[in-house]
Amino acid sequence: MPLDEDRPSLVLQELIHRMKVRDVMTRAVCTAERQTPLRAVQHLMRDRGISGVPVAEHGRLFGIVSTPDIIRAWEGGIIDEPCQRHMSSRLMVLEEDMPLAFAIRYFGRYTYGRFPVLNREQMLVGILSQRDINRALLRELAHEVRRLETHSGVSAAAGDEENFHKYMLREFPVVRLDFENAGKAANQIRLLLLERNIALRLVRRVAVAVYELEMNLCVHSNGGVLSCLVTNGRAEIIACDSGPGISDIEWACRDGTSTATAWVRSLGFGAGMGLPNVKRVADEFSITSSTGGGTTVRVVVQVGNDGRSGATPAEEACPRHAVPDGRSAP
Amino acid sequence: MTLDELAACCEAAPVVLPDAGGTIACGYTSDLLSDVMAHAPDACVLVTVQNHLNTVAVATLVGCRAILVCHQREIPADMQAAAAAEQVAILRTRLSQFEASCRIGVRFGNKQAETPAHEKAT
Repeated sequence: MPLDEDRPSLVLQELIHRMKVRDVMTRAVCTAERQTPLRAVQHLMRDRGISGVPVAEHGRLFGIVSTPDIIRAWEGGIIDEPCQRHMSSRLMVLEEDMPLAFAIRYFGRYTYGRFPVLNREQMLVGILSQRDINRALLRELAHEVRRLETHSGVSAAAGDEENFHKYMLREFPVVRLDFENAGKAANQIRLLLLERNIALRLVRRVAVAVYELEMNLCVHSNGGVLSCLVTNGRAEIIACDSGPGISDIEWACRDGTSTATAWVRSLGFGAGMGLPNVKRVADEFSITSSTGGGTTVRVVVQVGNDGRSGATPAEEACPRHAVPDGRSAP
Repeated sequence: MTLDELAACCEAAPVVLPDAGGTIACGYTSDLLSDVMAHAPDACVLVTVQNHLNTVAVATLVGCRAILVCHQREIPADMQAAAAAEQVAILRTRLSQFEASCRIGVRFGNKQAETPAHEKAT
């Protein structure tokens, strides 16, 4: 695997799971035909500065000629023979809608310098090299760093005692079916809110909303990002994913309805209580989605203007009873 | 009820016990973690068969003090580590969820549990 880290950062993991091979591959593929002489293929490689040429006709892939094939052709005196006889025809290929993470694993597992990319109709639509991956990751990481720099003013303010209770912004990538890490965002946000002396019952309301949205991203989406912004006594949570979308939002928000698989249900999730739970703890709730597109859920929980009280007027009017062991409910 | 008393009452073996003298205020029985999120009362023991990492996450978020895993199900190492880090006790019993709940219910005089502390007042 070209990534040296055993456990790359969450941002990087999210990137390589979100990006598809089609987003990264070179589309203008330089090809040869089966009857093209190896010498002509060599000239093509020299002129274009490439080390491998797919052999394809009308989009159908037959093989690939790479630098070792050319060297062998010179050594064997067969450089003017058609490439069909000497190309590599047992090929490892990628499909364009595979996650980039899958392609990165391929480069780690095999020694090939490039992989042809096919579409669902098995037609050649691109070629992927490690250079393509490096370029795309640098571009995306630069974008991510710019975004973090944009928010750095907020972070600096958060370090100031006066502003400590006013600002908090955290973002968490959530990877599809990554149950090992799902729930970490909710716990981190819970601890950050407790540090700000926000009332425990309000912290739990935020934590319930974040956890359910986190699990929804993990179970139902292709992965996404969850953010929590605390400012002016409000905790605003936004869960955003890139698909597959919800066709009937009203149905999805109904108690007991779920599209979760049996395996997910066996873990105790997918009971159709997620969105109803979120609505129950939220002071504001909205959801937008389109079939085949992304879904965005926005939740606001009022956590108190000074970050310390936060009880709703109804709660203040009706104090909670003591719990059975005699302690006051938090 | 102390966690020691809970263990004796349910014939349970402590697997993670940050504070043997710690107390629970009531119990909540469910294998649906969203149901636990929605309804588990503060300072309760969660009676369940869900023996994985996410159970600890949910218990922590809603303030459960202990997880009683039924049917003698194995407790994975990552679940134990998470519980130790979050100061949530884990006990394991051969009893079913029903049997364990009955015994805990008797100890609390079959009182109805409080509304969860994080419920919105309406």
